[in-house]
Amino acid sequence: MNNETKDTSIETLHEIRTIMERSSRFLSLSGWSGIWAGCTALVGAGIALKWLNPTFDSSHGLYYYLTEALYYSDKNILFHLIALGFSIFLIAFIGGIYFTQRKAKKDGQKLWGKASIQMIGQMATTLAIGAFMILFFIYDGAYQYVGPSCLIFYGLALINGSRYTLSDIRYLGFIEVMLGGINLFLPYYTILFWTTGFGVLHILYGIIMWNKYERKAV
Amino acid sequence: MSNPIEQLNKVFESRIRIGIMSALMVNEEVNFNDLKALIDVTDGNLATHLKTLEENNFIKVQKGFIGRKTNTTYIITKAGEKAFRMHLDALEKIIKGLN
Repeated sequence: MNNETKDTSIETLHEIRTIMERSSRFLSLSGWSGIWAGCTALVGAGIALKWLNPTFDSSHGLYYYLTEALYYSDKNILFHLIALGFSIFLIAFIGGIYFTQRKAKKDGQKLWGKASIQMIGQMATTLAIGAFMILFFIYDGAYQYVGPSCLIFYGLALINGSRYTLSDIRYLGFIEVMLGGINLFLPYYTILFWTTGFGVLHILYGIIMWNKYERKAV
Repeated sequence: MSNPIEQLNKVFESRIRIGIMSALMVNEEVNFNDLKALIDVTDGNLATHLKTLEENNFIKVQKGFIGRKTNTTYIITKAGEKAFRMHLDALEKIIKGLN
């Protein structure tokens, strides 16, 4: 055996790995998608807070509005909040697709390939099961479980979807699940947990991903 | 100990065949166009290599339709998987053997 055989072997193995990854994972997820999703979530949280406190009473202080206001608010407002949540989700999703599409184009990858469709399918299934559970909680009047369940099922969706994309997504998923789990024990703080899980974490994650995968390309 | 270079499968000496096998190892099935984009080859070239792999019983061809368009997909056979794994093992031995 000589060094030349070794070098070609290493090269071949490297090529095999690249093809395996490229054919089974969608790697063009953009960090900007995360930053965008996080920012829309923060705006959504701002709107929700405004709705919860039509007459801002300074005697209660900001702390009250961030925590107990949601817990004690009129339950009718819940349906407004659900509609708001859906709208924010759509805006975040469409923007996310826009940024990722831009990156895919730059990478010369197809946006709707096998892997990305599988990823979305996997996530949608988990989210649909979660939506069923959450609708049941609302129907049953167990409102305190709605917020934490959103975080938990969203985290599970990320963990499941991570098989078809950047594996880093997996860690984001675990953190979301953990946040949801803690939120179950601290139901007063749902708005804080939501703002952290859907807003702050997405922005942080987006920056980390951008730094890791996109910065060099700029 | 036998020489690992002798354990390398001659069929897998081409970059394109290696590419086809790699993609089929991790996917249940892959169609012609996806393979073409993945490995970056011309139609004719890809078809020739697919034929060789098929003749060796390493892959199976499935002809289907999406609407009116034909959709040919390829899947790896048990024999193909075994042969490719052995090839990978041999490559690994060559790399380790020289450390």
